[in-house]
Amino acid sequence: MHFQEDESVRMVRQTVRDFAEKHIRPDMMVWDEAQHFPVDVFKGLGELGLMGVLVPESYGGSGFGYYEYAAAIEELAKVCGSIGLSMAAHNSLCTGHIMQFGNEEQKQRWLPKLAIAEWIGAWGLTEANTGSDALRMKCVAKKEGNEWVLNGAKNWITHGISGDIAVVLARTGDLLDSHGITAFVVERGTPGFSGGKKENKLGMRASETSEMIFQDCRIPEENVLGNIGDGFIQAMKVLDGGRISIAALSLGIAKGAYEAALKYSKEREQFGQPISNFQAIAFKLADMTTKIEAAELLIQESCDLKNKGKNVNKVSAMAKYYASEVSVFCANEAVQIFGGYGYTKDFPVEKFYRDCKLCTIGEGTSEIQKLVISRAILKD
Amino acid sequence: MKVLVCMSVVPDTTTKITFTENNTHFNKDGVQFIINPYDELAITRGLELAEANSGSVTVVHVGPAENEASIRKALSMGVTDAIRIDALAIDAQFVAEQIAEIAHGYDLILTGRESIDYNGGAVCGLLGALLNIPSANVVTEINYADGTFSFTRDIDGGREMLSCKGPVVASAQKDLCEPRIPNMRGIMAARTKPLQVLPPKDLINASQVSSYESPAPKSGVKLIDPSNAQELIHILRNELKVI
Ligand SMILES: Cc1cc2nc3c(=O)[nH]c(=O)nc-3n(C[C@H](O)[C@H](O)[C@H](O)COP(=O)(O)OP(=O)(O)OC[C@H]3O[C@@H](n4cnc5c(N)ncnc54)[C@H](O)[C@@H]3O)c2cc1C
Repeated sequence: MHFQEDESVRMVRQTVRDFAEKHIRPDMMVWDEAQHFPVDVFKGLGELGLMGVLVPESYGGSGFGYYEYAAAIEELAKVCGSIGLSMAAHNSLCTGHIMQFGNEEQKQRWLPKLAIAEWIGAWGLTEANTGSDALRMKCVAKKEGNEWVLNGAKNWITHGISGDIAVVLARTGDLLDSHGITAFVVERGTPGFSGGKKENKLGMRASETSEMIFQDCRIPEENVLGNIGDGFIQAMKVLDGGRISIAALSLGIAKGAYEAALKYSKEREQFGQPISNFQAIAFKLADMTTKIEAAELLIQESCDLKNKGKNVNKVSAMAKYYASEVSVFCANEAVQIFGGYGYTKDFPVEKFYRDCKLCTIGEGTSEIQKLVISRAILKD
Repeated sequence: MKVLVCMSVVPDTTTKITFTENNTHFNKDGVQFIINPYDELAITRGLELAEANSGSVTVVHVGPAENEASIRKALSMGVTDAIRIDALAIDAQFVAEQIAEIAHGYDLILTGRESIDYNGGAVCGLLGALLNIPSANVVTEINYADGTFSFTRDIDGGREMLSCKGPVVASAQKDLCEPRIPNMRGIMAARTKPLQVLPPKDLINASQVSSYESPAPKSGVKLIDPSNAQELIHILRNELKVI
């Protein structure tokens, strides 16, 4: 992208690049193979202020806006999508939910710990039987005296086992009532709260995804975020912002795959010449870079509107939908350009190819993004 | 403790170097500029020492306004303030004389061992001479205790340990420390840290570039089949004449 970037955005990019080259690239294939979630890397990101990019300085965060935030995730994802995904989930979902809907006391209590990754955050909306259709969730919270008693399970939760704190959406009203869901903060160590099965995934393998189980888990009233019954509406707003981070994650993967393919196409010779001389390969690269720049523009528009406090419901869905499909397109073409070598773990595109697919699924599938976009344009 | 770090701004290490105007000027078109890597070490070690001794670090750069992005990066690493002397750096003599004008009142002055573009490696020694203070070139360790600086230098077949009181000037070598990565707070703070721009001292150029020349391209790698030792010996003996 050739718009003049703000100096601080460029500096954030450089910091993330330097960190990723030093602390992520050397080990990422080992983590990927072993499905190891490298907690110390997140502590390192926390020390740099990257686990509280959007958190105001008064709560121990970095106090930046969405441009810096998206740039940081993109740069991480150019190297390793898993770390980018975990950073996005921690910042946008858990921390973002508390930041947007917590009261002053709650923000003072939790944000400083989250902003430096002293605590790693999780966010639980999805259940085994309710993904896109979150309103049908079964996890329930019943009021008993001054406490809420939580029962049920959440699935597919990023940091479900390693998270020190989770924002959990649970039913407090009638099934299918959009005002029947409430958001709770549950700290690790609370009796009745445990991590469950860890998923064995196609990609994003260094980002922990697992079940969270609640059995008569008692949560004090002061851990309720916002009003009773507002949880679902809150979650949808949290996801509006979160989609920008998944779009940035997608963009990073797309760029990583494209840059690797571009370089390889100039080095690999067949029939006595670099394969980039073949129009079939050059046109793939042309398609990739065009789509990448278009995705980047949508992301920039979302960041700009979000920074101005405007509604980003439609544009962030467009950015997430488009950028995630572009990342799948680019990773696929990159493997093709690498040929047999792209099919091995010796070259980076194999990992991009596996990691990118999460982007069209997590935080709302492409189909759900189209629902959001079409509802927005058809509503008047 | 007051530390001054002299910083140059150089083309990114992956830059393809080309020349213009009949090979008399370096072609800056599309080139990414970075803090000279050795200077990054000097800044980092300067910061560590200043932080341990409730001091401050000032960065000085002789160069044009377009290099201010790199100066901001130094500020984001934790440097207290910066001075830019508004002139094109012509050669080591010019740079050292400009810096010597402002380099008073510091306990420790640091440079990199050389800038990775012109590789002069002379600013440290020149500054020592101009300021009439000790200089320690190419150091891998700098420590400070009880008013005394101590330095370690790698020398042929061993190491040399030096110590002296400040003010002293030293140049940073590779193993001095791990370069510091700026954190978000540093990046935010760098926006408002003081960056003073000073006019250069009038000097007559001591040198002038007549022309540049790129190194001859490396000849390709020749692969010889392991079973064909005879050919290898033939090449080593008759073509390369090394055995
Ligand atoms: C790695 C990973 C990390 C995750 N992290 C978290 C997390 O931290 N917290 C969290 O709460 N969740 C998390 N999730 C869950 C994720 O948000 C869901 O997987 C996602 O919302 C899709 O839900 P589902 O998997 O149940 O798919 P389903 O909803 O069952 O969808 C299956 C298919 O049907 C389509 N579909 C469904 N409904 C419609 C419709 N109305 N119209 C058209 N098509 C439709 C979908 O697009 C999809 O193609 C994570 C998932 C993954 C894979």
